[in-house]
Amino acid sequence: MTPDLECADLVKRFGETTAVDNVSFSVPPGSFFSILGPSGCGKTTIMRMIAGFLDPTSGDIRIKGKSVLDTPPNKRPVNMVFQHLALFPMMSIAENIGYGLRRQKMPRDQIARKVDEALDRIGLPGIGGRKVDELSGGQKQRVAIARCMVLEPDVLLLDEPLGALDLKLREHMKVELKALQAAFDTTFVYITHDQSEALVMSDQIAVMNAGRFEQVGTGQDLYYRPDTPFVAGFIGESNRWKGRIDRIEGEALQMRTDSGLAMRATAAGPLAAGDTAEIFVRPESIRLAASAEALSGFDNQLQGKVTSILFNGAASRVLVQDDAGETLEVTLPQSGEFAALKRGDAVHIGWGAAQATCFKGAA
Amino acid sequence: MRAHTRIGFILLLTPLVLWLGLLIIIPHIDMFLISIRERISFGVYETSLAQYEKALTEPLYLRTFWRTAVMSVLATAITLVIAFPVSYYIAKMAKGRLQQVLFMLCLIPFYVSELVRTFGWMILLRETGLVSNLLQWAGLADQPVEMLYNDAAMMVGLVYTSMLFMVVPLVTTLESLDDSVIEAGYDLGGSGLSVLREIIVPHAMPGIVSGCIVVFMLSLGNYLTPTMLGGKDSLWFTEMIYNQFIVRSNWELGAAFGFMLLVLSSVIVWGMLRLTGRTLQETMG
Repeated sequence: MTPDLECADLVKRFGETTAVDNVSFSVPPGSFFSILGPSGCGKTTIMRMIAGFLDPTSGDIRIKGKSVLDTPPNKRPVNMVFQHLALFPMMSIAENIGYGLRRQKMPRDQIARKVDEALDRIGLPGIGGRKVDELSGGQKQRVAIARCMVLEPDVLLLDEPLGALDLKLREHMKVELKALQAAFDTTFVYITHDQSEALVMSDQIAVMNAGRFEQVGTGQDLYYRPDTPFVAGFIGESNRWKGRIDRIEGEALQMRTDSGLAMRATAAGPLAAGDTAEIFVRPESIRLAASAEALSGFDNQLQGKVTSILFNGAASRVLVQDDAGETLEVTLPQSGEFAALKRGDAVHIGWGAAQATCFKGAA
Repeated sequence: MRAHTRIGFILLLTPLVLWLGLLIIIPHIDMFLISIRERISFGVYETSLAQYEKALTEPLYLRTFWRTAVMSVLATAITLVIAFPVSYYIAKMAKGRLQQVLFMLCLIPFYVSELVRTFGWMILLRETGLVSNLLQWAGLADQPVEMLYNDAAMMVGLVYTSMLFMVVPLVTTLESLDDSVIEAGYDLGGSGLSVLREIIVPHAMPGIVSGCIVVFMLSLGNYLTPTMLGGKDSLWFTEMIYNQFIVRSNWELGAAFGFMLLVLSSVIVWGMLRLTGRTLQETMG
């Protein structure tokens, strides 16, 4: 099956800086593909190249197998939902949605029918006569998507469209976007710096950093099996230790941290004894216990003092300072066992080597 | 506290009331009174509409009146057509320093008085002027070419004088148009022309209307440019007012002309607002 969108060795340079550095990926039909990265990593540049507002320095962009490099933006079978939506304030909602159809010279009555259909689809029937500024943030969002979807594009590009919404609405729109994507059965390419948006909605996520794709995979892949330290640090929370590898046997290894602790972990990628390395452990992989005996099954055990409790409902954390003086974040179990935990209490913590991922460190 | 605010309010309002009253309202009432009287004999006046009758029946007066109106509308239209791309370039395409420099370039001619600016055009366009010499040197003309003293030269002068007053409101409104809205227009299949017609022009409409009103009034009330650059056929209505007041000392007819001009500009501005479906508050606020 030809992928809906394919980018091959895409490079974009602005003067001396390389904004997009040799990126290749393909998006299968009907899937939700996200590009996730910090601001300034080049994700918007990729999107603008796909939409046709920028020409790549080299490489190719293919839509349904055909190169679109010579196609101007108004002729490409791609449409874009802009960061601030860019609805046309001088037009009514119906005129906004019908804009693209008018450009295709569709007869008037047919446009009216299609616009009504689209409004039904997004669950806002009968608002066609309203002005853009009479709608709420979430409604505008849906209109912006409908305005693109009436044109039945092969690929819909979304440039951080949820950024301007408040938290509650954003949570709601995540679910809704995913449902709209399923309803329209169109390929969505979504760019964001918000990992939770990407994780919740996407079939595939590409993590981007400094113009390159660090890893492409499902949310689970990225979360549980990160390929690079950047991905491990960017997706989810992590406790980190830097150090030097003492010994290594297959994937199992022991590292001596800079603070002098010996730690067992699992190697990601080729490592050798003596290498500088970095260990990542997720707060929820660390077990909290009142006594050392309860942790006897774990490869790594520490004891320390609670310095702070960060209450955040189900996502509550405890900050534990170990004997070496480092502070770790540990998820607070909500089973009631530690309901009485308070600052200054001595606790034991432990985690398995399988939950500690070790990457080769930058020198 | 209340008394304080009231005093402050009165203090702020006084200059405005004085300005409006002394310079606009009182002179206009007086002008109106002068315009509706007729001189019977030395020092004896009678109320009548004779001046307006004369103004509306004498072909020269009437013709000049309409010509001035039509030429002012034309000058406004030409100014808009030239200023729009210039403003678009300044507001949307030019970035940073270039933008400031271009804007300054529009402003700099106004450091010089209008009289001197108009002389500049005369130096360029007269028979022994720069353009004439250039044409002869290039072999495109075999004798000196006179380009002054006709409607075209006058139009050039009017457009040149009005340019800035069109560019400023246009740049301001165009700058407020989000780039991504224009991009969305293209992205959804629009061509350059349809994006201009459906997105850019409707957005810029307040700027277009206010620019047009200002330029139209400036052209209609201009005295210097038509007098200096226009020919003997390019009589401007303001020249006739000047003639009646100063040359002929016929204040009655001059005042009637003045009132006709006021009514004309009000009617055309009102028509312009009606045509574009805007209110004066929207345009000026």
